[in-house]
Amino acid sequence: MHFYRAHVLVCAGTNCSLRGSRAVRERLAGELARRGLDGEIKVVETGCFGLCEQGPTVVVYPEGVLYCRVTPDDVPELVEEHLLKGRRLERLLYRETAAKAVQTVPQMDFFQGQVRVVLRRCGVIDPDSVEEYIAHGGYQALGKALTQMKPAEVVEEIKASGLRGRGGAGFPTGLKWEFASKAKGDVKYIVCNADEGEPGTFKDRLILEGDPHAILEGMAIAGYAVGARKGYVYIRGEYGLSIQRLERAILQARELGLLGEDIFGSGFGFDVEVRVGAGAYVCGEETALFESLEGGRGEPRLKPPYPTEVGLFGKPTVINNVETLANVPPIIQNGPKWFRQFGTERCPGTKVFTLTGDIVNEGLIEVPMGITLREVIFGIGGGIPGGRGFKMAQTGGTSGGCLPVQLLDVPMDYDELAKVGAALGSGALLVMDDTHCIVDIARVFARFFEHESCGKCVPCREGTMRIHEIVCRIATGEATPKDLDNLEALARTMALACLCPLGQAAPVPVMTTLKYFRDEYEAHIYEKRCPTGTCRTLAGRPALTAAGKGV
Amino acid sequence: MAVATEPKPEARPLVKVTINGTVVEVPAGSTILEAAEKAGVRIPTLCHHPDQAVKGVCRVCVVEVEKSRTLQPACAYPVSDGMVVGTNTPAVREARKVIVELMLSRHPADCLGCARNKRCELQSLAEELGIREVRFPRREKEYPKDTSTPALVRDPSKCVVCRRCVFTCNEVQGVGALFPAYRGHKALVVPAYDSPLAEIVCALCGQCVHACPTGAITERDDTDQVWAALADPSKHVVVQTAPAIRATLGEELGLEPGTLVTGKMVAALRRLGFDRVFDTDFTADLTIMEEGSELIHRLTKGGTLPLLTSCSPGWIKFIEHFYPDLLPNVSTCKSPQQMFGALAKTYYAQKFGLDPASILVVSIMPCTAKKFEAARPEMNSSGYRDVDVVLTSRELGRMIREAGIDFERLEEEPFDEPLGISTGAAAIFGATGGVMEAALRTAYELVTKKELKDIDFTTVRGMAGIKEATVDLDGTKLNVAVAHGLGNARQLLERVKRREKDYHFIEIMACPGGCIGGGGQPIKTTNTVRVRRIEAIYREDARMAIRKSHENPAIIQLYKEFLGEPLGHKSHELLHTHYTPRKRV
Amino acid sequence: MLIPMGGERMTDKAKPVLDLGRIDEIVSRHKGREGALLPVLREVQDFVGYLPREALERVALGLGLSLSKVYGVATFYTLFYTEPKGRHVIRVCESAPCHVQGAREVVEALQKELGVSFGETTPDGRFTLELVSCLGVCGVAPAIMVDDRVYGNLTPETVVAVLQEYR
Repeated sequence: MHFYRAHVLVCAGTNCSLRGSRAVRERLAGELARRGLDGEIKVVETGCFGLCEQGPTVVVYPEGVLYCRVTPDDVPELVEEHLLKGRRLERLLYRETAAKAVQTVPQMDFFQGQVRVVLRRCGVIDPDSVEEYIAHGGYQALGKALTQMKPAEVVEEIKASGLRGRGGAGFPTGLKWEFASKAKGDVKYIVCNADEGEPGTFKDRLILEGDPHAILEGMAIAGYAVGARKGYVYIRGEYGLSIQRLERAILQARELGLLGEDIFGSGFGFDVEVRVGAGAYVCGEETALFESLEGGRGEPRLKPPYPTEVGLFGKPTVINNVETLANVPPIIQNGPKWFRQFGTERCPGTKVFTLTGDIVNEGLIEVPMGITLREVIFGIGGGIPGGRGFKMAQTGGTSGGCLPVQLLDVPMDYDELAKVGAALGSGALLVMDDTHCIVDIARVFARFFEHESCGKCVPCREGTMRIHEIVCRIATGEATPKDLDNLEALARTMALACLCPLGQAAPVPVMTTLKYFRDEYEAHIYEKRCPTGTCRTLAGRPALTAAGKGV
Repeated sequence: MAVATEPKPEARPLVKVTINGTVVEVPAGSTILEAAEKAGVRIPTLCHHPDQAVKGVCRVCVVEVEKSRTLQPACAYPVSDGMVVGTNTPAVREARKVIVELMLSRHPADCLGCARNKRCELQSLAEELGIREVRFPRREKEYPKDTSTPALVRDPSKCVVCRRCVFTCNEVQGVGALFPAYRGHKALVVPAYDSPLAEIVCALCGQCVHACPTGAITERDDTDQVWAALADPSKHVVVQTAPAIRATLGEELGLEPGTLVTGKMVAALRRLGFDRVFDTDFTADLTIMEEGSELIHRLTKGGTLPLLTSCSPGWIKFIEHFYPDLLPNVSTCKSPQQMFGALAKTYYAQKFGLDPASILVVSIMPCTAKKFEAARPEMNSSGYRDVDVVLTSRELGRMIREAGIDFERLEEEPFDEPLGISTGAAAIFGATGGVMEAALRTAYELVTKKELKDIDFTTVRGMAGIKEATVDLDGTKLNVAVAHGLGNARQLLERVKRREKDYHFIEIMACPGGCIGGGGQPIKTTNTVRVRRIEAIYREDARMAIRKSHENPAIIQLYKEFLGEPLGHKSHELLHTHYTPRKRV
Repeated sequence: MLIPMGGERMTDKAKPVLDLGRIDEIVSRHKGREGALLPVLREVQDFVGYLPREALERVALGLGLSLSKVYGVATFYTLFYTEPKGRHVIRVCESAPCHVQGAREVVEALQKELGVSFGETTPDGRFTLELVSCLGVCGVAPAIMVDDRVYGNLTPETVVAVLQEYR
């Protein structure tokens, strides 16, 4: 066994990769080799660390010093100073907005507020190494389940933990597994929904890139619990690296007998296959996903029957989000009581949030459920850049509601947010400062749904197009009060009559902005004025200026 | 048929459901729509069709269900004990109106000029819901009409994407010419690549016309040609009526499905001005003579078996596309329509001293594919186009209405002779199993040289998708099969290919129920209506004096003075044809 | 022997002959698998560059599906193309997170530089510009994809520089 005196972890999540972390890693490897240090210092490519705004990030252990915005040209100095002379390279250290130079990862405020359960290995292990996964406690939970627990006991543990689906709907996972385990039939399936399409959400991408084996382990445990021998991971086609990492992980797991026949000699066999999406947000809806996996158009099915009765290929199916499955091994390993120490009574555990928009610490965090919006944005999130004013935050992605400043203290969990007409959803958080126009952003929300509606049911197919049409008219100063009436009628109809949650949710973002920022809408309609000066005509000329004049 | 079967309702326990305050008891698992019917409450629908699987896509039938967060589609949502439903609440009424207005705002505004004016389900919905104004700006779909075939006209701008035609074309007919394409508000039911129908595997059976609630797909209207000919003194206009028309034409004129209107049909055609009113049933008897002889020839001389019937042009196009290797099995006999046309311009013209160039043959058919059949290049053995114009029963109905004829008050009149004389065997051509039964009635006597006492071959009658029987011709055992609907035809052909059984003779009709359910028949054509029309067909057979084709005196005369004998030289020249293999995809 | 087209995308001008044998091979490898159509379409598109009619007809025949269904599935998904594309496909995200971070200006710069609008291909056949929904890299918004590669933290200047890599 080889001992290294230091580990240099380079974040290779997609976001850092885009800023050139690969070049940094290669330069590091080269520099260490040149100096003959490669036998005692190991360079590891890890999954996302969470500080996407500050990438490429490099962490040096055993001290845990975090360096940000590292370029290949910084590498020789970094090696010289830190790895040879043991001195911190000040200019690259992570700095918080308080201008306090923080030196080690455990000391960082950014990580203090976090409880990294799902993300515990992201940024720590090499995701391509099954050995590191196992060394970090991987596959222990599966071993425990298969050799010490009965399937019904596994279901009970998940039920007792109170884990709720992390894809957006928040359905109690244990209940879902129980329904499936009780469903009649020999053939059942576990499906991992990795068709992460909700704008502002990239947690599943980074979990799959950073810790793919966790998903496989979660699926295998689910399979054991409900009586399924086959699992599918449906990943969106744009997630090339996730697909690669997962396929590699599957091969590794099979090689070690952690997938396949007779795992751990228990008699239970389980295997996983990757299936790739082809660019359709609606395929994130569970029954549309089944249709796509079955080789068809991704059009949602009528419910009832529900997937746990009639799912993939007509068989009882448990379909869970990536993050939900990533929670399963720690729950089985540590027990429901451990899990319930985090979060709230009705929403225990943690939640991975993706912070986007006008926020200092753009990226990925994992915090206990129930933390307030204010704490997330202004605490861990670092506040609004440039000292600008907070205008609104949208939770749950484009299908979630928009919250104004008066709702900043709402706790972030499924139930509390639903009470104020918003949604926790996937955990995406989009922050907007006061330089943006509400009507303009509503137009972007509406355009998204028009593009992504599958077209199966009349109210969504036509309604999404009409909502976009109306909001565009408002944005270009061509709307009348009747347009608002029509918007409201459409919103009521779609929320009640659409076939699937995409259509039912489509009016929500627009209508919440209308609710909380009606004066801005009315300025556009009655005064033909865009208060922030953002909106233009379709011809691209500035038509609505802050002063209300224009062409 | 091809519809999934549910466990019998009687086997399920009863549950109490309250609809608008009225309590009804229905079997568990019934839909809200079924419960509402029992309660005497009408819920509007659009994508729902009694002969198809539930779709739940139009959302017109949404209703309030207590404790449900959203409205639920009545056509799909199963009832449970104690469920409370409101079908006419303010929320429901608003949703329904908004949904229908959304459809109307994408729909062309030419109801008055549309073939489905007054028979359009979208129109009916708008009227029923009291819609006076469409609140959304009109945004029609810009799609050119497809007039590439002689049979059907597709107008995609009128498609409401209800998917009823998709079910019919794929699940019932097994053809697959139509499927939803594109996404979102661009989604539309189209052939692949928006191809014209003439360039794809469409069988032109027209079953999609019966599925479509609007005018997105209709038959090509050829009545103008006929009006012009009728007004032209230099033209001798002859009309032939298919076996199925006499059992359905009445529906176009306000009569109940299943009303037999043979005599009135003839009278109306005379009023319209046709010079001669003949009967396709005449050549149906002729077809039995030729095809019966062909069957015996193949049986005794080791010809290709099973023999497949050939009078259904939608079926012929289907087999040309999908099973061209089985074309040698198909009878070389033309259909009765085409045999008639060939004879009208030769035998009839000669017999009555008419110039065939002045004869216009019009046929009244239950079928849209017959328009295609009449236009097939090879259908000109008379030296002229054998059949000039084909009108569907719908078009004839329009002509009768336009002429102001009070159909119900007409006195019954007989067909003209000699091409109007027929038997009960010919009449049953209109129903599935009819050709088979007619052929068996003749084959029995030809083969055994004995009289057939029990002429009702009931084993080949009825709506079962595939019917099989073994017929004993005094020692000679004949394995026969009957399929109706192209989906069932496909299944049967697969059995033939797998050589599961030694079939000798197979009857195939493209349309469910046979010709009485044809693509050109009155709208609505549902399975319930098909059954009533079939009953009328067998009533017609039962009341005829002569019920076996070979006993038709006019046919005997035809052979004696013109054709010679079945499968003779003259027959081959005028009454037999060949087929064209087509692209499979 | 038909000329294989390889993995590069071709434009309408140079419409080469299709290697039907290769398509048959792809179909036979997936045939019998449930839900084979999507993986088959993906592989065929990777090989041919897009999904021409002849290819879809071959797939339909091979899998025993109607052409209308194969077309209906292919036209549902944004990543499948039934028309030839430029050599490189640029997918621009203009979902809310990218929009808030300035995607509109990046889009305008791209459109100006390329001289085409969404859904169009440059006259030299090099680039096709598509507007897509969230790419899932919101941490580095605004972002685009060029073929399989993602580019983030773009500005109107840097996005033009990205294009240079492909000229």
